[in-house]
Order: sequence, then C-alpha cells, then structure tokens
Amino acid sequence: MSDRSFTPAFISFKALSGWLRALAQKATVHAPRREGRAVVYRELGDGQGLESFLRPTESAKHVLFPRSEALFSFQRQGEAAGAASGKIRLQEPEGEGPAIIFGALSCDARGFLSFDPVYDGCGTAQAVGGIAKDPYYLRRRANTSIIVRACKSALNTCFCHWVGGGPASTEGADLLATDLEGGLLLSPCSEAGAALLEHPDCVPALPEQIAAAAALHAAAERSLGEAPPAGELAASRAALLALFENSEFWQRQSAQCLSCGACTYLCPTCYCFNITDESNGIAGARLRSWDSCMSALFTLEASGHNPRAAKAARLKNRVGHKFSYYPAIHEGRFSCCGCGRCIKSCPSSVDIRKIVLAAIKEAAHV
Amino acid sequence: MAIEQELQAAVKAALPELDCIIGWGPGPDALRDAPLFLRDAADADVLRAGFFSVNNPALFLPEYKGRKIGVLVKGCDARSVGQLLLEGLVRREDLFVIGFPCSGVIDAGKAAALIADRCEAGELRSVREQGDSIVLEGPDGAFSLAKKDVRADKCERCLFPNAMDADLFVGEKRAPFAELDEYADLAAFEQAPLEERMAFWEKEMSRCIRCYACRDACPLCVCRDQCVAVARDPHWLSQADGIRDKLFFQIIHASHLAGRCTGCGECERACPMGIPVLLLKRALSRRVETLFAYRAGIDMQGRPPLLTFSLEEPRIKERDW
Repeated sequence: MSDRSFTPAFISFKALSGWLRALAQKATVHAPRREGRAVVYRELGDGQGLESFLRPTESAKHVLFPRSEALFSFQRQGEAAGAASGKIRLQEPEGEGPAIIFGALSCDARGFLSFDPVYDGCGTAQAVGGIAKDPYYLRRRANTSIIVRACKSALNTCFCHWVGGGPASTEGADLLATDLEGGLLLSPCSEAGAALLEHPDCVPALPEQIAAAAALHAAAERSLGEAPPAGELAASRAALLALFENSEFWQRQSAQCLSCGACTYLCPTCYCFNITDESNGIAGARLRSWDSCMSALFTLEASGHNPRAAKAARLKNRVGHKFSYYPAIHEGRFSCCGCGRCIKSCPSSVDIRKIVLAAIKEAAHV
Repeated sequence: MAIEQELQAAVKAALPELDCIIGWGPGPDALRDAPLFLRDAADADVLRAGFFSVNNPALFLPEYKGRKIGVLVKGCDARSVGQLLLEGLVRREDLFVIGFPCSGVIDAGKAAALIADRCEAGELRSVREQGDSIVLEGPDGAFSLAKKDVRADKCERCLFPNAMDADLFVGEKRAPFAELDEYADLAAFEQAPLEERMAFWEKEMSRCIRCYACRDACPLCVCRDQCVAVARDPHWLSQADGIRDKLFFQIIHASHLAGRCTGCGECERACPMGIPVLLLKRALSRRVETLFAYRAGIDMQGRPPLLTFSLEEPRIKERDW
C-alpha cells in the first residue's frame, strides 16, 4: 500500500534497537512497553521488547496532545504583588523538540486525522478567518513522525474497516513497519518517513520481502470481522439526529455504562479539553488538560444547571459526536478510527458498534 | 449449564412483577460477559451466570431506587447489596435478589498472560466452562485452561460464595475455597521497605490516565457526580498530570471506603491500565477488621464503624496507651 516513489527498507530485529537509538539522538522516541497488564508508550529505554508486536492499551495521542500542559505560566510582579498596580508577567512554555512515535497502530495514525481539522482552525473558526489555530498542537504535529506497525491480526473489538481503515493502512503514517521473519519491512509513506531510513542498518528490501509483507497485510485484513455493507454506516448521521429526543432509546443503550472516562481517554480521536488556572501564591499556570464528555462536570454550567445530568445524555453525546455531529462538519469523516479500545477496555463492555447499528435500525422504524 | 437454565426460567417467572432484572449476557469478547438489563422474557435466553460473569450488578442499584427491580448476585455482589442496604442507598422492598452458588470468576488478565504465546484474548472465538476447566477456541484450534489458574484472587479468599439474603436461591450452596482471609497479599507486600513500597506506587500510578473507572465501577462509591476528585470549588486535586495527585485520589478513595469496601475488586478490574488499586482498600479493610471487628456487607444488624460513633471503642485504647 506504500507510495511507489519511496523505496522500502528492511531492518533486522538485532539492529532495530540501534536504529531507534540513532533516531533518538535527534528526536524523542516513544515506543510501546509492557508494564504490568498494560502496554504503554514510554520514551525509548532498555529492555523495551521492541522486537515483538505490542498492541498499546492507550493511543499515542498524548504525544501530540498531552494529558495536561501549561499553555503559559504567570507571576505577579512588584513588591506588593497582587495590588492593583501590580503587573503580571506571562511566560510561554518551552516547546518540545521533534518526536517519533514507533509502534503506533494504523488506526492510531488515522486517529490524528480527526484531530487535525479541529486544531487547524476549521469549522466555525472559518467565520473569523480560520484564525483559531492551536499552535501547541500544530507545532507538535509538524514535529512528529509516526511509524505504524502493521497489525498481524484483528481482535474481536477491532472495526477499523467500518470507518475506512485497515490493519496496514498508511493514512496518517510516515513509515509502515511490517513484522517479517527476522526483522521489519519499513515502507516509507512520506518524505519524513523516508528520511528516517538513512541509516546503514536499513538495507534495501528484497522483492520477496515486499511480497511477504503484502501477503501478511492481506491475511490481517481477512481476520477482521464482518463490516456493515458499504455506505450503510453513513446513515448514522441522520439516524442519531432523529433519535436525539428519544430518551428511552438512550436510557436503554446506556443502562450498563458507568459514565467513566476510560473510553474517551483511550480513544485516539477524542480531543476535548478543559482549561484551569492553578496558582500557588503569586505564581501559577494556565493548564489545558484532557476532558471527557462522559463526566458530569463537562457540561456543568456556572448557574448549577447541567444539560447532560444523566449518563444517557452523555453517552448520546459521545456516540452522536463521533458518528453524526463531527462528520456533518468534516466531509462525512467519522470521528472514530475503529481501534476498538473503547470496547476492549470498557469495564462494563459497552459496545459503540452495537449502539450505532441500533440507532440506524431504530431510526429506520420511526 | 443447568444452573443457567434454571436461572433463565426463574428470571422469566419473576420478570412480569419487575421493572427489569440485572444479570449478565454475552460480552464483546470471549473472556467476559457484559452486564445485561432484562426487560422482556425473550432476553432471558441469552442470560448467563457463571465463570465469566465478573461485573458486580449491585453497582447499578441506587440508580433504580424507588422502582422494583431484580438482580442476580454472586456472593461478593450480595455483600455489596448488603452494604448498600445498610447505608440506606437502596431499599430492600425495591429489590428481588436472585442468588446462585458461585465457584469464582475469571481474572481475564491472568488468562491473557497464560495464553500470550498462542494469541491475544481478543482473538479467541469462543470459550466455555467444562467442569474445573475452561475450553478456549483460538485461531489455531481449541485448548483448555484450569479454572484455578485463571480464577480471580478475590475468589480464592472469598468466604461467602453463596449470596446471603436472597429472595430466591437457585442451586446447591457450596463451601468457600477459604476459611479465613489472612490478607496474605498485603503481608507479602509489606515485606518490602517503605521506600520500595512508595516507589512501587509511583511506578504503578504513572500509568494512570485519570479516567476514574476505578471510582465509577465501585458499587459503594456513592458521591458519583459530586466526587471530590473533580470538584472545582474548592479545587482539591490539581489538573497537572502528576503522580502525586493521582495517588492522592487513590488514598481518598480507599479512605472513603474504609469499613464499607466488601473487596469485590471491581475498582482494580475496571482499571484499563492494570493498576492494583484493590490493595490499598484491603489495607484499610484489614485495619477496620482489627480495630472494629467489622466486615462490610455481612451483618444486616451491624453498623459500619466509620458511619457511627461510640464514646469509647472497645478495641481502641485512647486513654491508657
């Protein structure tokens, strides 16, 4: 699936760590590591187990969109700090250098495509000249290369193919790595990806290695479960709007939901945040941190009124946003990459696929 | 399974009198059932109750206060129901409790680790119970695991496998696996020096994503939307992504559950990052047992020690140390 203008390379598992260490001289390399029962991204370190394919429990979104970041820090100046005459000194945070995400899944790379328009001044921001660009996200985005590791097989919770992805999709990736006997086939998908291969251990791939990778991609594709017929899922846009007032439907769908944030925080496409000023004495910082529409506080208004007081309304928003409201303003693209983490890691086994299909069915009956 | 069929029949018979019945049905992957909210008799055919019925349905009961509902409970779930009753968070007359003998539930994480050489848990096509084993259908054929190797730790020390105070008990009551919970896990953990234990928690909490699944899966965590963790006024916990505040929340959670936690382990099971937060609650449960001779959710005449006040506690020597 890689672009033909780039030449694929092969790296042996023995040389893999050395190559990544060389890359780590110029960029922070984030790679999956098994810790306890979870697989998390950590900065490249010893004993990371890079040679085996690991499916990260979390998405890689925190690399571009940290769980919490200081937008700026502030300090009151002058002897009588806090007095009316006092000035406030603001300081921008130091930006990070370049980063490389190694071992993201193809769905994770595609997940960032849901982030991009939101933080690049899209949608309503165009009314004011597209000025609402987010420099924090965009700087990291421009500075980060993504090395996708193709999935060998799909899990029961995977549904990337419902939403236009696949186990070896290169959309959003700079480099596609495929596990072969003894090493990885590295197929560049962008100039930045090709540049990562300038290392003596990245040797030109043999035609049979390229063919073997293609066969593995096809096998992984076959391991995916059945998808709804092409185009059927698009009906979710109208269906979810039609069911907006149907509280009985949403109460039924949300009965087992705990209204925790596991789904949204593990999701590669959930991009919502909260802003809090935190200070201690005369100094502090304006923090931007992840927020979740599954939390009651998300919509709590200053008056005390909460338009989404019940979990049914919150789940409706999560599903509606991903499969109706977002696609309505982003050329039909779902804000879902089908990674299935929200299903796999849901403590209560809520299955967003079932909810979307039930909504389409329910709306068709009305 | 015979018990499952009996339970399906019992549920069908009870349903006309009830708003709904909470039990378990098929989950999104083989190793776990999902909570099931039965509203009509046809749903009963997919009802499950067995080794994979891990979720604690007591969690949902306070939401239904004032409506008559049925609930299927394992022994540990029944203790949560008992504690909710004791605290007035649910009313006995609103509940129709259906018990059955529980022979323990799976710890899907243990199973995933044991089968890692073959496949991931999400690649399993199906799984079924067969006596003391489970038979799993993987991508390369069927194989089996002994239940005792994949059973949750809480089941090994469970003293109450048969739901107490059930309106209907289906099946034969069985003897517990253990006779005494000696808190061996805690004792082993406490062998390590304090610095090492702190380092352990710092490492574990570094994975926390603050999703609060631990809190929201806890049947006794009843502040719900008013949780101190998300309070903005006062702003107790920082929004900064630091280990200190994450651990701070766990300490608050454990403290609020002292003498109330029944050890159902849902906090730890719910954690997507696999942080062993039950251990903190067990440390306080042991202390409450020692100080007040009290175990949560068992004695319907008892008073949770931290929800009441005695001028002089018989086991706490305040005046003559």
